[in-house]
Amino acid sequence: MIEYAWLIPVLPVIAFALIIAFGRKLHGEGASVAIGGMLASLVISFTIAAQWFLGGASKLHDGLYSVVIPWMPVAGKTIDMGFSVDALTIVMLIVVTVVASMIMIYSIGYMHGDKRYPRYFAYLSLFSAAMLALVVANNILLMFMSWELVGLTSYLLIGFWFEKPSAMRACKKAFLVTRVGDVGFLAGMILLYLQTGSMNLFGEAGVFEHLNEIQGFVHVGPWMIPLIALAGLLLFCGAVGKSAQFPLHVWLPDAMEGPTPVSALIHAATMVAAGVYLIARMYPVFLADTSHIALNVVAYTGAFTALFAASIGIAQNDIKRILAYSTVSQLGYMVMALGVFGYAAAMFHLMTHAFFKAQLFLGSGSVIHGTGTQDIREMGGLRKKMPWTYWTFLISTLSLCGIPFVTAGGWSKEEILTVAFFTNKPVFIAAVIGAFTTAFYMFRLVYKTFHGEPRNHEIHVHESPKVMLVPMVVLATLAVVAGYVGTPFANGFEHNLAPVLGEHYEKALKTALESSGFHAGFHWNIFWIGTLAALSGIGLATIIWLKPILKIEKLEPAFGWLAKIVENKYYIDEIYQATIIRALMLAAAMYWFDKWVIDYCIVNGVGYLSLILAQIWGWFDNNIIDGLVNLSGWMTGFGGRVLRQFQTGVSQQYIFLMVVALVLMSIVFLVGHLSEVKWVIGFFQQ
Amino acid sequence: MGNWVLPAITFLPLAAAVILMFIPKERVGAIRMLSIVLSLIPLGISIWLWAACSHAGAQFPNGAQFGIDIPWIPALGVGFTMGVDSLSIPLIFLTTLLTTLCLIYSTIIEVRPKEYFWMFLLLETGMVGVFTSLDFILFFVFWELSLVPMYFLIGIWGGPRREYAAIKFFLYTMIGSMGMLLAILALYFNGGHTFNMLALAKAQPFASASLAGALVFWGLFVGFAIKVPMWPFHTWLPDAHVEAPTAGSVILAGVLLKMGSYGFMRVLMPMMPQQFTAYWKFIAALALIAIIYGAFVAMAQTDLKKLIAYSSVGHMGFVTLGCAMAANLKAPEVSRVMALNGAQMQAFSHGLITSALFFLVGVVYERAHTRDLAAFGGLGARVPVYAGMLAFCSFASLGLPGMTGFIAELSVLTGTYGISPLFAGLALIGIVVTAAYMLWMIQRVLFGKLNPKYEKMPDADAREIISIAPLMALMLFFGIIPGPIMNFFNTASKAMLGLLK
Repeated sequence: MIEYAWLIPVLPVIAFALIIAFGRKLHGEGASVAIGGMLASLVISFTIAAQWFLGGASKLHDGLYSVVIPWMPVAGKTIDMGFSVDALTIVMLIVVTVVASMIMIYSIGYMHGDKRYPRYFAYLSLFSAAMLALVVANNILLMFMSWELVGLTSYLLIGFWFEKPSAMRACKKAFLVTRVGDVGFLAGMILLYLQTGSMNLFGEAGVFEHLNEIQGFVHVGPWMIPLIALAGLLLFCGAVGKSAQFPLHVWLPDAMEGPTPVSALIHAATMVAAGVYLIARMYPVFLADTSHIALNVVAYTGAFTALFAASIGIAQNDIKRILAYSTVSQLGYMVMALGVFGYAAAMFHLMTHAFFKAQLFLGSGSVIHGTGTQDIREMGGLRKKMPWTYWTFLISTLSLCGIPFVTAGGWSKEEILTVAFFTNKPVFIAAVIGAFTTAFYMFRLVYKTFHGEPRNHEIHVHESPKVMLVPMVVLATLAVVAGYVGTPFANGFEHNLAPVLGEHYEKALKTALESSGFHAGFHWNIFWIGTLAALSGIGLATIIWLKPILKIEKLEPAFGWLAKIVENKYYIDEIYQATIIRALMLAAAMYWFDKWVIDYCIVNGVGYLSLILAQIWGWFDNNIIDGLVNLSGWMTGFGGRVLRQFQTGVSQQYIFLMVVALVLMSIVFLVGHLSEVKWVIGFFQQ
Repeated sequence: MGNWVLPAITFLPLAAAVILMFIPKERVGAIRMLSIVLSLIPLGISIWLWAACSHAGAQFPNGAQFGIDIPWIPALGVGFTMGVDSLSIPLIFLTTLLTTLCLIYSTIIEVRPKEYFWMFLLLETGMVGVFTSLDFILFFVFWELSLVPMYFLIGIWGGPRREYAAIKFFLYTMIGSMGMLLAILALYFNGGHTFNMLALAKAQPFASASLAGALVFWGLFVGFAIKVPMWPFHTWLPDAHVEAPTAGSVILAGVLLKMGSYGFMRVLMPMMPQQFTAYWKFIAALALIAIIYGAFVAMAQTDLKKLIAYSSVGHMGFVTLGCAMAANLKAPEVSRVMALNGAQMQAFSHGLITSALFFLVGVVYERAHTRDLAAFGGLGARVPVYAGMLAFCSFASLGLPGMTGFIAELSVLTGTYGISPLFAGLALIGIVVTAAYMLWMIQRVLFGKLNPKYEKMPDADAREIISIAPLMALMLFFGIIPGPIMNFFNTASKAMLGLLK
């Protein structure tokens, strides 16, 4: 089956093409085709996973199945394309195909009656194809191409309801902000290609085999950093954009303007996790940098983002925006984990997060579907009217808070905390505060939405149809059970994932971990710190919003100013706005320069100058040159007028003139021969 | 077909134009059909040329394929010399393809259709001739020949300020041609009294750097730079584009600009490699200014056509950047080949993408009678097919992977990065700004609330789709499978680098 892995991204592409070509004529107005394609990919993925982990295919292919075909000639060499399968790929394949098929099924209900219904499923299929291609790519260039295509489909889906001004602005913002990061990825890719001479990741000639040849230092501003660290940092730029890390996080909350299932699939579970996947896939580059500069930047960026976004999440009132900031914060968690050598931990959290966060978004979609509003201040008491939504939402929330033993999120959070505890204490503290804050804002959301009394009685609440509930239940189940593949007692997840790095870098990772005193397994002290952080967050939310012991009004005077800053998301958007306005002013200034200086002054100036010169020449021509010409003409005319006097036509006059002329000529002749005349006279005198 | 294939492909459009003269001007339908059908013959020949041209075959200046060399004005050493290689064939294909598509698109022309089609066929002869000639005088004749019909196309069938634009276009290019002609004569007198471009490239008359060499180089350079157009010789372009009829803009962007970059590669690099390598930094700097400046100025536009016109300035900047980088002798060969491959690919790709965009501007202009970006909005819901095509081409233009623009920019950037990371880094700014103005343009045209004025706007019709879809198909095909075309460019680049020593 493994040789058919290329079909996994190709099937959704076929679905996309079919829907674009035939649209509503297809069964289920295109939805069936999209879901059919996705389910086929899911089946292939699961079969490959079973063969790989259970059937021993992993050993058969030495941990990596890879196919390479030549693609583009470059100066006697070629750039290749290809796909590969290893444990990391399989994890991502499972996550993407499961979440994507669940969300497509859910969308049948959610998008019912939309005027661009087939197009929606076409875009979802194209997105899935691009995402799956990114996952199976064994080549940085193919990764980058899929990465950009993922960005395109995200743009199309955020702007799906493009008549809404907020949606059209959001899709542009998402594409542009991520593109800023992508430019870094592009530069990193080019750097690696030029240094290693290959775009392929694996194999004898691949990038990973030649990383230790990348020597030398470069000046970046005032610092001297190793070239390999620069490569890592440039790749990380791409991750910062796609995974919405500070300071490029601003697009993700706005991206909530897209349909909610899109938020669940793209902006919670898969695309935003692509940045994390990118770092994981390229982890040898980060490990090859023995100074660990790049990894430290990764760790602190992630930790800061985790805290920063969580704090904003407290003060938001839009259910989807709260979840969006939660996503930013959790992605920060994963990025941070990668920065502190938690390679498997980060991927584990990526998987569990994909399930519970997708579920939470679907739950919020169900709430929006049932109430018609996104503002949690207008909700309340939905628990009774939407029991299925409530219970699945609660389970996923507990998983997100990291309640130990019973939820998947508990296991993955635990693993991240453990690795951070040993390798980087400041990051560990940030992670703990993040865990507390997450529990706090999530339960604020749960209480305000589902508990208490309905605040707006004009809203008629109804539970969502089964086609929406079933995917929610499936994902909620996964939000609980998916964690058991990676418990600290029997960590099958890490066991399978670590060899993906290859012998050399697996050892490098182990050395780095061991030098910090890390030892795997279950640690009671870390367990208690993490659990207490989550529980106290839930507790504080409970005494404020469920049983108001702490009155929010009383807190206001003390924290009002802080709340305002947080509510306005630290004014980051305003700062960018100012920057963009500067860019537009620059554009306007350049256009002014182009129009007036280059074109008007110089080009037209030269033109006018020539015109003036031409006029001067023209005057000269008319008056001087032509004057001379005219003068000669006038003179001729004058001569003619004078001579005309002789042309009378009277024959006597002519004869008279002839005689006169004859006489004159005789005289002239005689004068001309005066000497001869003298001679004649002399002759007579002799 | 032998050696007569190149004169055939060059003069068939002229023959078609002559045939057209015998059709009464009232029979508009026959005129349209005949010119479209006859323009298919050169297109077919160009595809045949592509297929028949062998990669390993003769490459400039060590010969050319399908060559023909007969004396023309023997007293002056002028020959009727033609020949093609992998540098010119993709451009010939582009020319013949765009001519056919333009003729199909132009079947809506109501004003003096006979003259219009006649001019267009004459224009095709001029353009193809530039790419097939290997004699400098012949080259120059075709170069000037292509100017005249375009002047009339803008001046007669253009917009409100057509006369200003036509004269500006004509004068600008003529000034360039003047220097070029002097430089050609200088090459003639110093290169063994021949106008044969193969011979001149082998002789390299100004090999020992001197003042004369510099003057000749800059004479040629300015002539080509105006055509490209390079900053700061670009200001004829927005005016010409805005005033030209749709098909005129398409040919202008698709082919006439390529004549400039073709001149760089066919004339400047082989004949004056010493000068080209001496000035590479300066040329690269101009190219870089064009990339960044073009993008920013495009962002400031409120006229859709002007926006696309300025985007050409930025995109052609990648072509010249690639050429300049290939001229850096100290750089590794792989980087130089990549840069030059990218430059050729960008020229070809720009011919596809920007032509399609100009068609699309025409489509919406004929319906809305305005190009003001503020006047549109919400068309995405009203005209989905048109919206899909515009979005497709805009994304191709901003360099989305999977389309030709990406392959080109990637190659140029990779080549540049290996030579000067600073230049590559600065060029990346242009890429981001390009994405910004393209997306902003899409937003202003397609997204938002529909302007009630356009409630009944019809979607793209068959004629429009037929003229644009082939370009889109090629963008996608060569974007996903760049192998066949990059092989061609690779051969040309390697031959070129053999000269730049």
